[in-house]
Amino acid sequence: MIGLTHYLGVAAALFVIGIFGIFVNRKNVIVILMSIELMLLAVNINLVAFSAHLGDLVGQVFTMFVLTVAAAEAAIGLAILVVFYRNRGSIDVDDVNVMKG
Amino acid sequence: MTIFALAFWLFAVSAVLAGLGVVLARNPVHSVLWLILAFISSAGLFVLMGAEFVAMLMMIVYVGAVAVLFLFVVMMLDVDFAELKEEFAGHKALGGIIALVMLGQLGFGFAAWQSAEGADALRAAPIAEGVTNTGALGMLLYDKYLYLFEASGLVLLVAMIGAILLTLRHRKDVKRQNVLEQMYRDPAKAMELRDVKPGQGL
Repeated sequence: MIGLTHYLGVAAALFVIGIFGIFVNRKNVIVILMSIELMLLAVNINLVAFSAHLGDLVGQVFTMFVLTVAAAEAAIGLAILVVFYRNRGSIDVDDVNVMKG
Repeated sequence: MTIFALAFWLFAVSAVLAGLGVVLARNPVHSVLWLILAFISSAGLFVLMGAEFVAMLMMIVYVGAVAVLFLFVVMMLDVDFAELKEEFAGHKALGGIIALVMLGQLGFGFAAWQSAEGADALRAAPIAEGVTNTGALGMLLYDKYLYLFEASGLVLLVAMIGAILLTLRHRKDVKRQNVLEQMYRDPAKAMELRDVKPGQGL
């Protein structure tokens, strides 16, 4: 019988893969952005799983808000990436040191 | 094994494998394609959970918009991706350890998790019988969560303006049309008629 725990397991696996991706692809900002998208996807799966388990529709409403914010974040992130590539000619994370942070 | 369980395992395994593909693919274009597979698989999971509207939204917003946006940017930037992957193995061990620790922690959480007593009474919007998922979501979204809905529209508007503002540039070496200059141009000053006498020229 497939229950809540199975869905939570899938979501946990996807979330952890997202974190792993951020650590592994230190050189490529595009893949880091994609990893963040994966983590948000895992959060969405969690929200919908609990919504279905508890019979509460609010989880699905909030999934839509997460979806909205994820789309906005992807648009802004990729725009910043394009501007960064225009200025520096690379998308290497190590090159992000203009502000000497 | 029922068809439901079979479908769950199919979607779950393909979602996790696609996630790994996103992270480990050598070529970012392949990463984006794996990302699309992950989104489609999770849309299947949403359908299995009875959240059809969110599943369709997933397909439209993520596969139709976000993934295509990623694909555009990956193909627009002329990056030498072979060079980017050289230091691939350096952080692999560290990342793997952190990922395993987090997975263990989440696993412990799920193993010990249980619903609180009286959780059913605390539900904000119980799913009604006989109403479709989309209809129920619409009634909730346009009624109780209208302000949040408007606010998310505002978030999208700000994101759109920000993205345009960030990437818009006026290139100096390209001739552009100046509409105001054209509109305020005076025909009387721009042109004059001369009577040219035959055989003399101007």
